[in-house]
Amino acid sequence: MQHVNKLRPFFENISFERDDNTMIVNFGPQHPSAHGQLRLILELQGEEVIKAVPDIGYLHRGMEKMAENMIYNEFLPTTDRMDYIAATSNNYGFALAVEQLLGIEAPRRAEVIRTMLVELNRIISHLFWLATHALDVGAMSVFLYCFREREFAMDLMEDYCGARLTHSAVRIGGVPLDLPKGWIEDLQKYIDNLIPQVAMYEGLLTENRIWKMRLENVGVISAEMAKSWGCSGVTLRGSGIKWDLRKEMPYGLYPELEFDVPVSYACDSYGRYLCYMEEMRQSAKILAQLIPMYKETTTQLMAHSPQYISAPKEQLMTQNYSLMQHFVLVTQGMRPPVGEVYVATESPKGELGYYICSDGSPYPYRIKLRAPSFWHTGILQDLLPKHQLADVVTIIGSLNIVFGEIDR
Amino acid sequence: MRKYTPKNDVQAKSYYNDRFFVSPQVPKTDVAGDEIFSKDLAVLKSNFEIKDAYIQKGHLVVFIDAKANKQVIKFAKETLGYDFLMELSALDYMATCGGFEVFYEMLSTSKHKRMRIKCFVKEGEAIESVESIFRCADWSEREMFDMFGIKPNNHPYPKRILMPDDWYDYPLRKTYPLQGDEAAQWYEVDKIFGKSARSVIGPEIRDSAAVDRYDTTRFARLGHEVPYGTDIIANGEPESTPLAYQEEGGVRLFGARLVTKFDENESKVLEKRK
Repeated sequence: MQHVNKLRPFFENISFERDDNTMIVNFGPQHPSAHGQLRLILELQGEEVIKAVPDIGYLHRGMEKMAENMIYNEFLPTTDRMDYIAATSNNYGFALAVEQLLGIEAPRRAEVIRTMLVELNRIISHLFWLATHALDVGAMSVFLYCFREREFAMDLMEDYCGARLTHSAVRIGGVPLDLPKGWIEDLQKYIDNLIPQVAMYEGLLTENRIWKMRLENVGVISAEMAKSWGCSGVTLRGSGIKWDLRKEMPYGLYPELEFDVPVSYACDSYGRYLCYMEEMRQSAKILAQLIPMYKETTTQLMAHSPQYISAPKEQLMTQNYSLMQHFVLVTQGMRPPVGEVYVATESPKGELGYYICSDGSPYPYRIKLRAPSFWHTGILQDLLPKHQLADVVTIIGSLNIVFGEIDR
Repeated sequence: MRKYTPKNDVQAKSYYNDRFFVSPQVPKTDVAGDEIFSKDLAVLKSNFEIKDAYIQKGHLVVFIDAKANKQVIKFAKETLGYDFLMELSALDYMATCGGFEVFYEMLSTSKHKRMRIKCFVKEGEAIESVESIFRCADWSEREMFDMFGIKPNNHPYPKRILMPDDWYDYPLRKTYPLQGDEAAQWYEVDKIFGKSARSVIGPEIRDSAAVDRYDTTRFARLGHEVPYGTDIIANGEPESTPLAYQEEGGVRLFGARLVTKFDENESKVLEKRK
C-alpha cells in the first residue's frame, strides 16, 4: 500500500546547522524514561528546552480497526493491551459500555468482585507509577520497595484469574468466577500491609530534599491548561480541579462507597505525587469496605439475559436450548441494539471512555477508545518549553503515561 | 460465479443473518424530558440551526451543520458551560451517505452532563479546526485526519500522528483492506534483487514459532538427536536414537565412579525400592 517513491527516511527535513545556537535532541523512542515508545524531539538552548514535539505511533496496533472486525466478546482481551499496567480497568470500562448498550446490569456479587479488582488494579498501577517515577528521578530503593508490594498485589490477581498482567478477569455481563477460598483473607492481609508501606514510601520521599527540589515547581499545569487539554484523573486533580468520575458521575457500586478525592492546588509534579499517594490509601479504604459487601451478596455471577449472555455452565450442560443459544453466541456473537453509547470510567490514569456505535450486527460499527494518556502526552508540547533537560524526565514520569493506550 | 464483495465496505460481516430479525434500538428520548438539556437546547436553537436533537443513554445528541462546528463548540464552551472536549472523532458512512459523521464529545463539570455534537461532512470536504478553542483538538484532529482523511482547516500542524508520514490511505475507512497486498509483501525482494528472485528467496516466514524437523543445523530434535548438519531427507530418519547420555567410562561424581557403564537395554527397573 505504500508509494515506492515516497519511502524516504523522515529525518531528512531536520537540519543540524547551528545558526541560532540551538541543538535538536532525539529523546527516545528507546529512552528508558520515555515510558514506552515515546520519541520526543527537543530543541535545546544550552540545557533549556525551547521547543518540544512529541512523536507517537511506534506502538500503534490499530485496536479500533481490530474492534470493528471482532465480535464484542472477542475484543475484550484486546482491551487488556491498552493500559497494560491496569488491565482490569480497561476490561471493566469496556464491559460497562457494552452492558449499557445492551441495557443489562451485572449481578451484585459480580459488581463487588469487579470493583475489588479495579481498585486493586489502581493500587498496582499507582505503585508502578511511583516505582518508575522515583527511579527516573533517581531514587532506586523506592523502586524496589514498590515493586515488592506490586508483586503481592499481582499474586492476588493471579490467585483470582490466573494472569498477572493482562487479566481479562471481567466479562460482559459479570465475572466468570467467584473469588477462590481464602482470597478475601489474603486481600485483608494485603491491605493491612499496604498502609504502613505507603507511609514508608512517603517517609522516603515526601520530605526528601532532593525529591522536593526535583519535583516542586516542575511541570506546572494550570487549571485552564488542564481543561483545554482535556486532562483527567490525577493530572486534572493535581491542577486544583476536583473531578473524579467515581464521585461526580458515579457508576457501579461507587455511590455506596465512602472515599475521599485528593486534590492539589500546587499544580506541579510534587502536588500530583501527593495525590497519587493519597489515592492508594483511598483505594485500600474502598477495598476494606467491599469485603463485608461481598459476604452479603447472593451467588449469581453473570447477568441473566439469554439473548446476549451465555447461561451458566451448569445450565448449558443440562438445558438443550441454552446450549444452542450459547453456540450461536460464541460462533456468531451477540447482536446488540442499534444505537450509540459513550461510557467513561475513572481508570488509574484518568477518564477512560468507550464510544461504541452499533448498527445491530455482531460487529461494532465503530469503537473509539478515549485513552487519557493520549492527551497527557500531547500536553508535553506546551508543558516542556522553558524547562531544563533534566526536568523533562520528571515531567514525563509525573504525567503517568502508558504507551499501550496512547497509540492503541 | 465468483462471490461479489462490495468495494465500499470490506469489513468483516456476519455470515448468517436471519431475514426476519429486527434489531432493537437503544431508546432515544425527547429532550423536553430533561430540564438542563432542554434549556441548553433552547439556547442553542435560538443561535444556530439544529437539525436533530435527542437524549440517548443520558447524553444529549445534537446534529448541526458542519460549517458551524467551530461557532457551536465555542458557544457550548463559553455560554453553556461545557468546559471539556473529551473526545473527537468520526464515523465512516461513505458506503451509505458518501461521507463521514464527525462527533465532538463534550462534558460540563458544572452541570455534570455530557453532550455529543455531531455533523456530517462529505468525502473530500474539510472541517474547521476547533484547536483554538480546545487545545486538545490539536492531536484529536490529527488523529481524525490520520484515520479518516478528514482535513482540518486552520490547524497549526496538520500531519499524520499514528501512522508513518508516507502511509497511503486511511486505516479506519471501511474501504481499507484487512489484508496486505502482494506488492507490499515482496517489496524488498523486488526492489533489491528483482522480481525474478521471488522464487529463489521465497516468502518471508512470519511464524516465529515455525519449526523445521528436517533442518538439523538450526533446530534441535529433542529425543531424536542426530549429529549437526545431518541430511535427514537424503539419509532417512535414524532407526534408533540412544536415549541415555553417557560420559566416556561412566559418570564420575565426587571423585568416585558412580555408574561404571550404563546400558539401557541391560538395566532393570526395581519393583521395590531398596
